[in-house]
Amino acid sequence: MNMKRKSPRKKGPIFEVARRLAKNKSAMIGLAIVILLIVVAVTAPLFYSYDEQIIKQNIGNRLQSPNAENLLGTDALGRDLLGRIIYGSRISLYVGFTTVAFAFVVGGTLGALGGYFGGIVDNIIMRFMDIFLAIPGTLFAITIAAALGSNIRNLILALAISSVPGFARILRSSVITVREVEYIEASRAIGASDARIILNHVIPNALAPVIVHTTLNVATIILTIAGLSFLGLGISAPTPEWGAMLSDGRTYLKTHFYMSLFPGVAIIMTILSLNLLGDGLRDALDPRLK
Amino acid sequence: MTNPLIEVKNLKKYFSTSSGMLHAVDDISFSIDKGKTLGMVGESGCGKSTTGRALLRLLEPTGGEIYFEGQDLAHLNKKEMRKMRKELQIIFQDPFASLNPRKTVSQTILEPMVIHNMYASNKERQEKVLEIMEIVGLAERLVNVYPHELDGGRRQRIGIARALALEPKFIVCDEPVSALDVSIQAQILNLLKELQDRMGLTYLFITHDLSVVNHFSDDIAVMYLGKIVEISSADDMFLKPMHPYTQALLSAIPVPDIHYKSERILLKGEITSPIEPPKACRFANRCAYAMDVCTKNEPKLVQLEPGHWVACFLHSDEIEE
Repeated sequence: MNMKRKSPRKKGPIFEVARRLAKNKSAMIGLAIVILLIVVAVTAPLFYSYDEQIIKQNIGNRLQSPNAENLLGTDALGRDLLGRIIYGSRISLYVGFTTVAFAFVVGGTLGALGGYFGGIVDNIIMRFMDIFLAIPGTLFAITIAAALGSNIRNLILALAISSVPGFARILRSSVITVREVEYIEASRAIGASDARIILNHVIPNALAPVIVHTTLNVATIILTIAGLSFLGLGISAPTPEWGAMLSDGRTYLKTHFYMSLFPGVAIIMTILSLNLLGDGLRDALDPRLK
Repeated sequence: MTNPLIEVKNLKKYFSTSSGMLHAVDDISFSIDKGKTLGMVGESGCGKSTTGRALLRLLEPTGGEIYFEGQDLAHLNKKEMRKMRKELQIIFQDPFASLNPRKTVSQTILEPMVIHNMYASNKERQEKVLEIMEIVGLAERLVNVYPHELDGGRRQRIGIARALALEPKFIVCDEPVSALDVSIQAQILNLLKELQDRMGLTYLFITHDLSVVNHFSDDIAVMYLGKIVEISSADDMFLKPMHPYTQALLSAIPVPDIHYKSERILLKGEITSPIEPPKACRFANRCAYAMDVCTKNEPKLVQLEPGHWVACFLHSDEIEE
């Protein structure tokens, strides 16, 4: 009858997750905004010259209300707000994603090793994580900024270090769950090495909760950066940073409220979209909702 | 018993718990000849699965020796043991838990061949995968399917195919059919039997279902709380069960005859705790024939008839020291 029938198309678990995510409206809105943000951030240099329009002061054009020339108006130094917000997204996303990538790799590795091997390895790693967990992230970042100077690299380092324990804990707990499943024993029975078992069998099956944490953590980091910059401890002028711009606008809040409003809206949109996406992922990855 | 493929001597597996050492497998010995099947029966928690896993060193044995073709597996180092795993495989009970949900059928069957670097090229291995799939009765079109798309019987066939991929000599079947529907059980059992005849495989067949083991095994070992209480040929075991526990087990097999009046032996009392068990017969407090000596000494497994070993004071006075 159907001798020629090809084997069915691959429909792996990832496909399933994507399908369930696509059904979730708020998650898709979140995803759309995140993608839009990334596209805008990446293409920003096509529309604005960083040196000429974003950094360079133009006092004659200061404190303009939104108009055809400057869609969102200009700031106290005559710079275009829209351009600065767009360039600000580059900073926020860059810091957010690099920090989380670092924390993901380091924390994930430590958590996976601790969870898989257990015993003394686990104990040593997790006690160190507990020590880091006892230091508040923001405080740690302030300390680092104060000690080593507040530039982007130091901020990323400080925030990444304080994010590591979270990743380690989450991956560790899901690795412990997966480690006990029979297919791991089956892999050992066919002679697979520990490295192979961890990379091929344990991690792919233990990653779901970490993916959710990653998304939500990017949002947290962006918020922390904005908060620090608002206080003047994060990224310093003239770099366009949302938190710093929000702070700059404070002085003119009564007369030129939009100077604070627009960066604030940018922060809210970013955090909200990442959180929506994270929540959607959590639901999509939960096997109980299948 | 001329040339055993597997010979287990004084195998022990203890787990340390907060209230003491749990004697999951306590000093058991048996051997399996090449091409034969030893059925291992007993109730849940009696240590039969632990025996299977300790034998393959998926659990590190606490003590004892495991000879495979004369080589002691228990004292191989990690690397040597990994190589040895090619010869010794296991089929798991739960086909839903024993397959990685993120691997397709072919990936699952391919992996053991890749690990042991079998065959010259990937293409050759792919062909081998299809060959094995055919042997275990999986249609070729399922090659790129994920386990969650398949039913229990097919999944179990994948598990069998994975074990066969290494062309092992010995397979531990850990309740391979007890998670399956009755109609599928027979298919899988027939498949295992067929594979044994075809490839000369040797099985340790672990089950709690005596009716399954009868059809399948050459010899049967009955376990109770970490001990082998009786071991004999399958026919002997069913004709002349000697240990009271074996008798009770056998009486529980349903007989498909409406006029048959079964004399069911009901076991009363609680199972002795396997944590730091006393030096006594472990079955004594549930045994209808328990005597004084049973609670004071531990019976030794003695050969009463050729090939028929029993550990019970009803049949012998020998004491396990």
